[in-house]
Amino acid sequence: MITLTADNRTIQAREGSSVLSACLSAGIYIPHLCWLEADAPADAPAACRLCLVEIEGFREPVAACVVTVENGMTVHTGTETVRRLQKTALKLLLSVHRVDCKHCPANKACALQNIAKFLGTGLGCKPFERVLKEPDVDSRHPVLDYYPNRCVLCGICVRVCRQRHQRPLLSFARRGFETVVGCFDADPVAAADCMSCRACLESCPTGALVQRTVVKG
Amino acid sequence: MARIQAAYRILADEARTRREQFDQSSLPKIHIGMATCGIASGALETKAAFETALADRGIDAHVHTVGCVGHCYAEPVVVIDYPDSGFPPILYPEVTPGKAKMLVKLFLEEGDPRFEHIMGATVENEMIPSVMEFARFSREKRVVMDRCGRIDPEQIHEYIADGGYGALAKALCGTPEAVIAEIEAAGLRGRGGAGFPTARKWRTARAAKGSDKWVVCNADEGDPGAYMDRTLLESNPHQVIEGMIIAAMAVGASRGLFYVRAEYPLAVRILTAAVEQAREMGFLGADILGSGLDFDIDLFQGSGAFVCGEETALIRSVEGYRGMPRHRPPYPVERGLDGRPTVINNVKTLATVPPIVDKGADWFRGIGTADSPGTAVFSVVGNVTHPGLVEIPMGVTLRELIFDICGGIPNKKKFKAVQIGGPSGGCLSAEFLDTPVDFDALTRVGAMMGSGGMVVMDEDCCMVDVSRFFLDFTQKESCGKCTFCRIGTRHLLDILRRLTRGEGREGDLEQLETLSRAVKQGSLCGLGKTAPNPVLTSLAYFRDEYEAHIKEGRCPGRTCRTLTAFYIDLDKCARGCDACVGCCPVEAVFTTSNRKKGIDQQLCVKCGECMVACPPDYDAVVKISPAALAPVIERPAEKKTEN
Ligand SMILES: Cc1cc2nc3c(=O)[nH]c(=O)nc-3n(C[C@H](O)[C@H](O)[C@H](O)COP(=O)(O)O)c2cc1C
Ligand code: SF4
Ligand code: SF4
Ligand code: FES
Repeated sequence: MITLTADNRTIQAREGSSVLSACLSAGIYIPHLCWLEADAPADAPAACRLCLVEIEGFREPVAACVVTVENGMTVHTGTETVRRLQKTALKLLLSVHRVDCKHCPANKACALQNIAKFLGTGLGCKPFERVLKEPDVDSRHPVLDYYPNRCVLCGICVRVCRQRHQRPLLSFARRGFETVVGCFDADPVAAADCMSCRACLESCPTGALVQRTVVKG
Repeated sequence: MARIQAAYRILADEARTRREQFDQSSLPKIHIGMATCGIASGALETKAAFETALADRGIDAHVHTVGCVGHCYAEPVVVIDYPDSGFPPILYPEVTPGKAKMLVKLFLEEGDPRFEHIMGATVENEMIPSVMEFARFSREKRVVMDRCGRIDPEQIHEYIADGGYGALAKALCGTPEAVIAEIEAAGLRGRGGAGFPTARKWRTARAAKGSDKWVVCNADEGDPGAYMDRTLLESNPHQVIEGMIIAAMAVGASRGLFYVRAEYPLAVRILTAAVEQAREMGFLGADILGSGLDFDIDLFQGSGAFVCGEETALIRSVEGYRGMPRHRPPYPVERGLDGRPTVINNVKTLATVPPIVDKGADWFRGIGTADSPGTAVFSVVGNVTHPGLVEIPMGVTLRELIFDICGGIPNKKKFKAVQIGGPSGGCLSAEFLDTPVDFDALTRVGAMMGSGGMVVMDEDCCMVDVSRFFLDFTQKESCGKCTFCRIGTRHLLDILRRLTRGEGREGDLEQLETLSRAVKQGSLCGLGKTAPNPVLTSLAYFRDEYEAHIKEGRCPGRTCRTLTAFYIDLDKCARGCDACVGCCPVEAVFTTSNRKKGIDQQLCVKCGECMVACPPDYDAVVKISPAALAPVIERPAEKKTEN
């Protein structure tokens, strides 16, 4: 076991685990969106940038999901810098989010709502302007609907799909601001299996991937 | 040891004999620069014209294709070496097919070198001033580009005859540790941007556990305006290959990979042929030169995403995934391609290795500054008289580089800014002109060496628009993985776009600054961490320009269209002249009641064509910002012809 200090508490963690998982197991919450419990520090995508913490001896804030615990490490999860960056990250995500919780299937089970509550920010995105993508729904998948303006691009759906199937059906598409999750017009035969798998639907932290209710026609 | 040297000597002797035969031949030799820069300026046509003219006139001569000589402003560049004429080898700039035919007739046939077309002789002599009298030539110090433009990149024997692969033979006779120690003593720092000590990288890779290590040459080169790596690969690929083999020997790698963007077809072709030739000669493959070293090189064509130049994204892309960076550590030297220890070096870094091994660390340290030894290769572009590739010792100041070596700002304009390091770099103002060009000095003032792109800007450039340009680039090229870079750069860009449209608001500048800092701090990879640099530096050094956009609706560079207007100075306009009327695409130019011209501001699209068309003697079209300052000239009511 490794012994480290987090927020002035001495905590223990399994060797090789990440600072994020060590803190979470010890009951110290760090906001996170893109991390899967099985992720070793070297495999975590570190994409959402919400799990930033300050670690003594590090020059700048660092994503807790990619740092391996070490004996004697001192971690601060709630410094002013950390909170400022986390709030900015959350507001950036909200600035491209259609905040319409009432009509969203993820309402009350949504990771964004939870993190906003934890950070005490609400769901506004000031001072950033809201920029939404067009169209609001991508229905090219035979049975799934994808809502780009709900997606936080955590990449979890892409990863669980890849973990389950030899040939993943989901992947990132486009670049920069235009980046989305795409299904590359999935072959209907293969996609028929999607409803028996449902891995992506169940792991999406927001309501961005949903089973289509109206049949295409 | 003796075996290695003997094996090399056989190859070198053969190559030298071939080259000497060529050099000593009394036939005229026509050397044509045929890298992409030359070809873009018509070198293929020039070469064809030489060949036809020679055939037509029945003159026997060698047409010798070489790489880029670095003088891109003068392409196509041709050197004619005609020993029997009594003249030294002469460099001709801008040799069009017509000029080529003329030179064949008048110089090769009649012995008249046509002095009016000469740039200079390539060697010191009594008859013709040498090109070394130009600062653009004499102030350069060529280490990386030394052989560029002198040898045919497709003929390995020309490289060998010039001493090529001698450093490899020398390295193979010693130990890997000795090679690393030499590179360390030389103080070589990576030329890919960050200036990381090469020896330290190699030593970590050497110590890393695992077999089947890789050496990867990063030739992704995606900065707008930068083309040093392409030119080097097109002009002298073997020096890079040799550097790569030495790196492989030093770190114990068995496989090498060139990562070249597919938009560099000529570099890909030349490199593929070069690797093939090196293999035939026994510099690649099993038991290289009998030393027991096994190493071979493959080539991978990237699809041209800027982010794939970032080393972890590069690796992902080679592995067949989307090119998205990951957190470091683990660094590629510990866990790289296929999970194997991988050294990734820039093209120029590897090309610097053979000269260091050959001439020693002390020689290298004699060039440049204490902390940044050696040379820097820049592609200097923009508002500068002699743009092109320049290799200078580190420590030369920006002023010397821009004004002395590259001829300063053309058209009697004033210098405004220089952008160094591309999208990750910064914009520096005139007060920084005495900054020496080296890794640390540039970083200190907020710019960056980057991979060597340098854009010089005159007084007519708008710094807000320049920032917008770079943010537009980084936003499009962001891999989209992490929140700060994907969304943060978009908001930065949106604000900058608003400013250039004259829709800036109170608080915009503060938001640009705060968000820029957050993006720098929060982003995952170097792209996001440096993307705000152009904004932050221009805000620091040209804040008044930003403020003028917001507070006065004025664009000091008179670039932003919404904020500028064109009008015609009636005191200068020549009565009856119609030059501007026809060129206006939207018929905004009208004739005033006293037969002068006016511009209808409602119709004008601000293309500036009228300004170009107005004869210099009158020079009556004025560009002004803010737009409201343009005097209103009433358009006379349409003459009713009927009624
Ligand atoms: C967005 C981005 C783009 C990059 N592009 C290049 C490139 O085109 N060529 C290059 O050599 N290095 C590039 N780099 C730097 C590489 O990641 C790496 O540091 C370099 O290849 C190491 O070589 P060196 O040690 O020889 O400099 C880039 C880095 C970033 C963050
Ligand atoms: S669809 Fe859901 S799981 Fe997939 S990237 Fe978007 S938010 Fe993450
Ligand atoms: S900083 Fe930009 S380019 Fe780098 S990982 Fe993040 S989104 Fe991708
Ligand atoms: S959980 Fe660490 S960056 Fe997303």
